[in-house]
Amino acid sequence: MRRFALIAIPYFWLLALFLVPFAIVFKISLSDIALSIPPYLPQLDLAKGWEGFTKFLGALDFENFEFLMMDDLYYKAYLSSLKIAAVSTFFTLLIGYPIAYAMTRASEEWRPTLLMLVILPFWTSFLIRVYAWIGILGQEGFLNQTLMFLGLTSEPLIILNTPIAVYIGIVYTYLPFMILPIYSALEKLDDSLLEAAEDLGCSRIKAFWLVTFPLSRGGIIAGCFLVFIPTLGEFVIPSLLGGSNTLMIGKVLWDEFFSNRDWPLASAVAVILLLILIIPIILFQRNEQKQRESEG
Amino acid sequence: MKTNLLSATAGLAIIASSAFAEEVRVYNWSDYIDEELLTKFEAETGIDLIYDVFDSNEVLETKLLAGGSGYDVVVPSGTFLQRQIQAGAFQKLDMSKLPNAGNMWDEIQARTDQYDPGGEHSVNYMWGTTGIGYNIGKVEEVLGADAPLDSWSLVFDPANMEKLADCGVHFLDAPSEMIPAALLYIGEDPDSHDPEVIAKAEAVYAAVRPYIRKFHSSEYINALANGEICVAVGWSGDVFQAQYSAAEAENGNEIDYSIPVEGAQMWFDQMAIPVDAPNPDAAHKFMNFIMDAQNSAAATNYVWYASGNKAAQEFIDPEILEYPAVYPDAATLANLFTTRPYDARVQRVVTRMWTKIKSGT
Repeated sequence: MRRFALIAIPYFWLLALFLVPFAIVFKISLSDIALSIPPYLPQLDLAKGWEGFTKFLGALDFENFEFLMMDDLYYKAYLSSLKIAAVSTFFTLLIGYPIAYAMTRASEEWRPTLLMLVILPFWTSFLIRVYAWIGILGQEGFLNQTLMFLGLTSEPLIILNTPIAVYIGIVYTYLPFMILPIYSALEKLDDSLLEAAEDLGCSRIKAFWLVTFPLSRGGIIAGCFLVFIPTLGEFVIPSLLGGSNTLMIGKVLWDEFFSNRDWPLASAVAVILLLILIIPIILFQRNEQKQRESEG
Repeated sequence: MKTNLLSATAGLAIIASSAFAEEVRVYNWSDYIDEELLTKFEAETGIDLIYDVFDSNEVLETKLLAGGSGYDVVVPSGTFLQRQIQAGAFQKLDMSKLPNAGNMWDEIQARTDQYDPGGEHSVNYMWGTTGIGYNIGKVEEVLGADAPLDSWSLVFDPANMEKLADCGVHFLDAPSEMIPAALLYIGEDPDSHDPEVIAKAEAVYAAVRPYIRKFHSSEYINALANGEICVAVGWSGDVFQAQYSAAEAENGNEIDYSIPVEGAQMWFDQMAIPVDAPNPDAAHKFMNFIMDAQNSAAATNYVWYASGNKAAQEFIDPEILEYPAVYPDAATLANLFTTRPYDARVQRVVTRMWTKIKSGT
């Protein structure tokens, strides 16, 4: 019985915060746009009892999903988002791994401070930090002024409002999500394994690739998913730092919801996005489970 | 730095001492009022004023259509207002609570009647035009002294835009205003609701798209002021704000605004009370306060948009009143056009085309 109560809490969480909202979004995705408050039909009218309910069900259809298939905008936006998420994840790993590695190599007394420094940006609002990048990357911005002062460029570089600015923003924002799991994986590493490898004739570089790197794989995978999954639906960073030609599904969803007032179609876009995300989420879960088993 | 999204999210809240006093929640466009008026309202009425801002009609509309926005006074533009009235989003005004109604300008009222017949649901706050803001020095440097500053060809002729691309051009991210402008430029009816006619705007944009740096509805104010861009298709008063900031900063950027000779869109921002407003009484008081001649003039003197208040003209700076880009003369006025809201089917065509134009897909 106690065991059941313990399991019930996370399941209730899942039900209340994921399944119920998802069911609502899914229901709206089967509705039709209308000029009313809220702007879709049919509305479930419980006052009419069972008859009202069957009438409500009868008015739902998959028209919006058919529309998504027909127009290539959506397909392109999903693909472009996948590409941006994948590239950003790659660069976050490229920058995050050495940082995490250096942190674990630092002396014991320094580690808490370094860890604090990684977490510190979270103390400032995410929006303010993204806005700060507008000030840094603009033509009259800090970066261009520094480059021109150093004589590295004579004309200001146009970075803001390009895809490069979006990548910079995403990598910057999500870097801690990459560093922390890798750090926690590397920190658990037993130093005697490295000594053994060197005793057996490995160079330090070879020991890194043969011992350290494979043992930190769990952290790498966790970090990659933590970056990839939210980046795929990212809206704020591309809309603030990107130009108008950065096509991402988050922006398409915004357009459907706000410009077209088409809540049903926006919901359909969201449902498909979730279906796309389910694959990496399941893989992430499996990775976590495997790690727990290997530790247990 | 101007932080629209930020201030819209965080909300600019002005809360007076007592927690139990009457309150009114106002949702208006960003940078659209003299903030001294807000404190004045609180001092005069004792009502707590909570003032939030937005920078696109779409954001406001979504809040209204979701219901329960919690706002007492909102300020949508005419076309949006009309559709929202149809959706049942607003309550009828109680004219007995708006004694200042006599101050309003009948000529503007006649034009807003097409959105809200008889002004039953709304009162004009400001009106203006959608035209071209430019950096005089930079544009003349690129295009020469005879640059067509007062023509849509400045931004729709690829030959001009190719040269302007390097100094930077922004367009509003507002298809309901940018598509009519393109249609006007090629001699079509700007208010056309025929998908085939609307589709012709796409070619106009395709020719100049490579030279447009960004589509955004508020960033251009700062960008023009600090020289990041040299041309922006934008709203009259916003360009004047850029002009003012540049002059304040003494950074050598001289900004001006023109209503193109081909004509331009005239728009009206209307104060209205949502159907589920928690404090309709206080909402009427706020509207009546703004409809006061001196208060309305103070707002116009600050934001440089024309007021729909006739009595206010007595208190408006002559510099503004005589500036044809703010208060157009009769000939220009005759050239201005208004538009009607698109229905859902045409709206989809328009938005889809706009996404295609913006992203190049």
